[in-house]
Amino acid sequence: MSTLHTVNKSPFERNALHSCLGHLCAGDAVLMIEDGVFGARKGSSAAPMVQAALQTAKVYALAPDLSARGIKPGDLIDGVQPVDYGGFVDLVTLHGRTAAWL
Amino acid sequence: MQLAIVVNEGPYTHQASDTAYQFTKAALEKGHGITRVFFYHDGVNNGTRLTVPPTDDRNLQKLWSELGEQHKLDLVVCVAAAQRRGILDADEARRHGKDVNNIAPGFRISGLGQLIEAGIQADRLVVFGD
Amino acid sequence: MAKKFLYINRKAPYGTIYALESLEVVLIGAAFEQDVSLAFIDDGVFQLMAGQDTAAAGFKNFSRTYKALGDYEVRKLYVERESLEERGLKLEDLMPITYEDENEDYAEKPSIHVVGRNELASIIAGQDVVLSF
Repeated sequence: MSTLHTVNKSPFERNALHSCLGHLCAGDAVLMIEDGVFGARKGSSAAPMVQAALQTAKVYALAPDLSARGIKPGDLIDGVQPVDYGGFVDLVTLHGRTAAWL
Repeated sequence: MQLAIVVNEGPYTHQASDTAYQFTKAALEKGHGITRVFFYHDGVNNGTRLTVPPTDDRNLQKLWSELGEQHKLDLVVCVAAAQRRGILDADEARRHGKDVNNIAPGFRISGLGQLIEAGIQADRLVVFGD
Repeated sequence: MAKKFLYINRKAPYGTIYALESLEVVLIGAAFEQDVSLAFIDDGVFQLMAGQDTAAAGFKNFSRTYKALGDYEVRKLYVERESLEERGLKLEDLMPITYEDENEDYAEKPSIHVVGRNELASIIAGQDVVLSF
């Protein structure tokens, strides 16, 4: 069974996103939440590693956290899907375990 | 499914408690069961009834207490973490010679074993922290 | 059937309480006879450094608690190789942590297993419950 990985800090503050993406298995999912959603924006120095991860895993960003921070759908890296809290719940139940990268 | 929730941070300083609350609420709306919400590290600070947050913003303690009451949730504050940070119920206050207790309605103080048990009993465990 | 519990440690000791309080969970959790592993990744590897002396800093030195983990049947301490290398650390810089193998006449064996990032990814994938602090 696959793993859902959550990342809640900005990739410019912590190495959590970088570390998380280094521990993915095929079929896993990454969900950026809270300040972690800054990692979903295109054009930043974090974008290449997220784009690379999309080859292995699905990548999501929590929509309420995106809108709270003024990040619009058009700002997202291609392939990163916004989900709401209900979608977050669905991801937790779909994958076999949730690993939080704090 | 049965979900176990772990909250590692206190209210307001980190978003963890907000996210955990919204997640728990969404899970209940989808018909899932919540085995336990376990508050650890500074998360125990979600369980004090003495906060007076500004009225134009959310009151996290009240939100948790009300969600807990509405859905009969087991909101557990870790005793060791609570002792370190000054969250006491009446028994703890008496036991340690303190002149007041401050646990919020709907929360109960218990041991770390409750966290492990929740991990054993639930289908999924999710951690919200910093 | 015992569930597989993995405790992920990614933070240095003393600067924050997470290392100490996560260890407290591991010790209490040992009583529940589940299949427990600890992973030390990123700055978490610093938790196992030898020679910690907190006297001048004024707080408790809890590092010897890691050495007691074997007595609690916690024998799988996975330390990430890349995390050590990035920090200029070698296995010899870490505390020796051992357990007694009752299946081999109580022979003393190392609890620390240095593993690569990819192997740690597989270890995570095999768990039932993942706790982060």
